[in-house]
Amino acid sequence: MLKQAIANLGNRTLQGVGRIGFAVRFFVAILLHSGTAFRRLGLTIREMYFSGVQSLIIILVSGLFVGMVLGLQGYETLQTYGSEEALGILVAMSLVRELGPVVAALLFASRAGSAITAEIGLMKATEQLSAMEMMAVDPVARVVAPRFWAGVISMPLLAGLFSAMGIFGGYLVGVQLIGVDEGAFWSQMQNAVDFEQDILNGVIKSVVFGIAITTIALFEGYDAPPTAEGVSGATTRTVVTSSLAVLALDFVLTAFMFRGLG
Amino acid sequence: MQHDNLVELENVAFSYGARPVLKGINLTAKRGQVIAIMGSSGCGKTTLLRLIGGQIKAGQGQVRVAGTSLNALDQPALYRLRRKMGMLFQFGALFTDMPVYDNVAFPLREHTDLPETAIRDMVRMKLHAVGLRGAAQMMPAELSGGMARRVALARAIALDPQLVLYDEPFAGLDPISLGVIGNLIRRLTDTLGLTSVVVTHDVQESLKIVDYVYFVSDGVIVAEGTAAEIRASTLPYVHQFVHGEADGPVTFHYPAPSYTDDLRLGGRSA
Repeated sequence: MLKQAIANLGNRTLQGVGRIGFAVRFFVAILLHSGTAFRRLGLTIREMYFSGVQSLIIILVSGLFVGMVLGLQGYETLQTYGSEEALGILVAMSLVRELGPVVAALLFASRAGSAITAEIGLMKATEQLSAMEMMAVDPVARVVAPRFWAGVISMPLLAGLFSAMGIFGGYLVGVQLIGVDEGAFWSQMQNAVDFEQDILNGVIKSVVFGIAITTIALFEGYDAPPTAEGVSGATTRTVVTSSLAVLALDFVLTAFMFRGLG
Repeated sequence: MQHDNLVELENVAFSYGARPVLKGINLTAKRGQVIAIMGSSGCGKTTLLRLIGGQIKAGQGQVRVAGTSLNALDQPALYRLRRKMGMLFQFGALFTDMPVYDNVAFPLREHTDLPETAIRDMVRMKLHAVGLRGAAQMMPAELSGGMARRVALARAIALDPQLVLYDEPFAGLDPISLGVIGNLIRRLTDTLGLTSVVVTHDVQESLKIVDYVYFVSDGVIVAEGTAAEIRASTLPYVHQFVHGEADGPVTFHYPAPSYTDDLRLGGRSA
């Protein structure tokens, strides 16, 4: 019994390590075969439409609501200290530094990441990837790399739009609904938000999240067993793994970026 | 240099992990011939096709296509060789996100710099050859199984290959589509000067069109010959296969413990 349990544990560990190794090799292969994604920009733009443009509605609506909630909650807290005018800072900082990149990435993982995994997994299950190989076309260059770069480019743009919508939502609630002074709301925000420290770091975060999500989604699809359960399991794993990866990476990046800063 | 044999397998063995699938296969396909590889499900036919296509490498022995040994080829060289090959997958494997026209144009657009007008004409010709010029704008999901396979065949011959591989081209088709696909394989082979390697378990349909048959069982070739020789064969396995008998060298019952023991009738007379 015990021997069996230890053997199982060892087996699982070996399989896990093997999978990580395969994923890393896959990531390197994507980078090496990225030429096509840029030479034939049409392929990448098409994928940006599918993963980026088609995620717009969920991103914009969520951004608006998150911003509106921030406006309500922020005002509630700030008025205790008599500093309602700082609402603009609070809304903008929370969104640009954290919520924009992170929430947009989580939404992107469930909206676009799952779609990428399911598509690649089904292409594999229906032998479309093998057919491509037999036509002497490398599926990593033709199918995988354009989707990778489309995701990496779309992610910061989506995060930016999320933050912009969120700030607008905070403005609607804070200024238009509650009646915080409009001039103070915008001018304090402008003074406090630093381009390099806040906006650029937010962009860097979302680029990293974009790389993580698309790599996980593409790998899970490419590695999925060619069956119905295989593809559905891979799709679930994409959402779970990439959401956890985003949150863990966010902690690490935040620790590096904002250590010791106010 | 023109070789008489387009495909040559010499003492080829292959195993998945510890399980041997092929054990010493010798097989040749002459230029201009349609050859069939037959055998029951799971006997290693598809593995043979994947070896010829270079999707997997032989564990032992030589696989040569057009005089080039596949064993030591790197990816660029293999891809160059594959431009001389076309493959028809079991269910067509059409790209579901593009219409029929773009599916057939795919290899032309990937491998040539032809202007769109030339591609259009070539796609029309290939689709006409399989009788589906009128379906150019349909999506793969709208096609019947037989039509999808014909489109896939048009795509496989788009670059005028020397060799076309067919994985179970007859599986799951109605009798009319069966005849259509069978005739197409024969006619395209003759008119385009192709060589065709068909993996199938459909005896009646394939014996009508093939020049030479190899029977695979349990990883070895148990019989070979022309269609007439196979029909007349007295080998028990071939006879059972050709006539579709339920019991014979391939038994009806999967190996199992004794029936009486399994029903716990031990001690009583069964």
